[in-house]
Amino acid sequence: MNLTLKNLYDDFRDPKTIRALAELIHQESEGLERPVNIMEVCGGHTHTIMKYGLKQLLPEKIRFIHGPGCPVCIMPKERIDHAYILARQPDVILVTLGDMIKVPGSRGSLQQARSEGADVRFVYSPLDALKIARENPGKSVIFFAIGFETTTPMTAALIRRAEDLGVKNLLYHINHVTVPEVMRELIDSRDEHIDSYNNRIDAFIGPSHVSVIAGAKIYREFPERYGRPVVVSGFEPVDVMEGVLMLVRQFTQGRRELEIQYKRSVTMEGNLAAQRQIDEVFEKRGLFKWRGLGNIPHSALKLLEAYAHLDAEKVYAEILPVEEIEDHKLCICGDILRGMAEPTECQVFGTACTPSKPLGSCMVSSEGACAAYYKYGDLLK
Amino acid sequence: MKKCITLAQGNGGAENHALIKELFWRHLGNDILDRGEDAAVLKALERPAFTTDSFTVSPLFFPGGDIGKLSVCGTCNDLAMMGAQPRYLSLSVVIEEGFEVRSLEKIVRSLKKELALNDALVVSGDTKVVPRGSVDGLFITTSGIGELQGEGIGIKAIRPGDAIIVSRDIGRHGAAIFAAREGMELESALESDCASLWPQVAALLEAGIQPHALRDATRGGLAAVLNEWAEANALCIEIDEEEIPISDEVRGICELLGFEPAFLANEGTFVLALDPADVPLALEILEAFPGGEAAMRIGEVKGEYPGKVVLNSPWGTRRFLDWPTGELLPRIC
Repeated sequence: MNLTLKNLYDDFRDPKTIRALAELIHQESEGLERPVNIMEVCGGHTHTIMKYGLKQLLPEKIRFIHGPGCPVCIMPKERIDHAYILARQPDVILVTLGDMIKVPGSRGSLQQARSEGADVRFVYSPLDALKIARENPGKSVIFFAIGFETTTPMTAALIRRAEDLGVKNLLYHINHVTVPEVMRELIDSRDEHIDSYNNRIDAFIGPSHVSVIAGAKIYREFPERYGRPVVVSGFEPVDVMEGVLMLVRQFTQGRRELEIQYKRSVTMEGNLAAQRQIDEVFEKRGLFKWRGLGNIPHSALKLLEAYAHLDAEKVYAEILPVEEIEDHKLCICGDILRGMAEPTECQVFGTACTPSKPLGSCMVSSEGACAAYYKYGDLLK
Repeated sequence: MKKCITLAQGNGGAENHALIKELFWRHLGNDILDRGEDAAVLKALERPAFTTDSFTVSPLFFPGGDIGKLSVCGTCNDLAMMGAQPRYLSLSVVIEEGFEVRSLEKIVRSLKKELALNDALVVSGDTKVVPRGSVDGLFITTSGIGELQGEGIGIKAIRPGDAIIVSRDIGRHGAAIFAAREGMELESALESDCASLWPQVAALLEAGIQPHALRDATRGGLAAVLNEWAEANALCIEIDEEEIPISDEVRGICELLGFEPAFLANEGTFVLALDPADVPLALEILEAFPGGEAAMRIGEVKGEYPGKVVLNSPWGTRRFLDWPTGELLPRIC
């Protein structure tokens, strides 16, 4: 792999372009009748907005609501407990992706399990789990799979590859979730304290990496059915600024549409081969609990019945608890993930809850809204 | 068959003595060490500085260095950062049973080479061999005594108005180690910056520059040094992001894995706080050393947000550059 990626991002962090886009957004926003609340669904966008200080460049009329799109943040404690319990089984190697290692469940994090002697390994790519399984034939290797549409095809590829090679000691604990269902939930559901989320989210910035796989088409219902425009944007500062400009223009021109900013990789249809691969091994779950958001229908995937023998949730069903676990009562991650509160409104933010000792999920993941606020601060406030 | 270290070579007996004599003394020998006494008897230094560090790097051999070079650089650099010329080192080696003798010799040769660059001696040592699995190959601890040459260098000497310089591009060691680790199939020309810093510091002092503070940006990287300085003095350090020198290779690894270059370790890069008037000469001196052509003035000490490091972006926004926290783990997506 060639590490000189400079050309890939240099233009998208060009100071002149960022300033010019900010100026255009200011000009265009003058035509807005009221402030616009834009939900950036994905934690990657939250991270970009905070890291590059983009809020400081935007007029007051543009407000960001941080969405639930971080695979680590939305993982309920009971699922993390599953990982912790599985990791502590004799002759088990639990394999997962980076950030997941730090997330605390009710019994501890995988990092703790590792310090207590469990064999927990993080990999850069799911396919590395296959290598670990082949090198450890006497052990059960369990891949704790997480992520949105972006990472699902890699897990699907791993499963198919392991099957083709006849690897028998690789099992899967599947926690793949999907974006449109949670967006729908945020608009459709009502809260008893606030009249509705309806009044808060005016538009969405859709994550580009999800749409590289699933296509921009997955967001069609939001402009069409809910009157909420969606712009699928990349993660560089220029991408996010252009995405915001495109949304503001929709409002000033009275349009409600699905648009693609990240045309360099996203199409309406997405990667059909990857979608086929996913359908070959996964199906929708009836319900999946999202941390802070509760059960959302059809918002996650599980293995098809044909792969039940590889499903760690089934193989280890007897030792994996199913009861729901409440979050810490002072933690308002749920409200943050629903776009109803900002991290700084939480009374434990930065005090009892910090990245090195997180109480809530939004502080754990580097993509989490609380972690982004903690790490980058906000000098304008 | 490869010759490997056995538990018997750590027994304190004949095999142990043979290993020390044939390997360590042969390469590192000098008048003081050769006496083979329980403790080294040294000539008193007028203003001694003393430090210690342990080295547990994986892999042991990495592009640009190995644990031997690292263990001399690390301790000598800690002395150099106080303006002290490294003089005497102790060397304690814990070896895993089964470690290849050839690799050990390579490490000792590398120690020797780096000691010469610092004009320092190993005057005391210890070798232990532990059962397989007790350590990851080899751990080294070095302690060092140096002689102060600079005046008043230290964290507390930093004051508002000081300029902040980095001696070369940042993040090389951390990025090279990540690229070299098993499981990361990255082809890269990237080498660690692992190097002894006393020659640079000596050149600065000889030119009459009196830096207020020096710190090698090891674990925790540039971000940790700046935060430490800001916090200790309740001052604000303001950095211009655009000015921080970062190689394309380091940037590439950071882009792939979601790291910040300022959080990555360095082993031959240091940060200076000094009088702004000294900046041009300091940069000119640093330029003459390997990598020094990238030396840059990256910011200054101010008072606006006491105890914080502020990063100014090229497009006019500002944010805090916080301490690195926890284990460096690549992001999920």
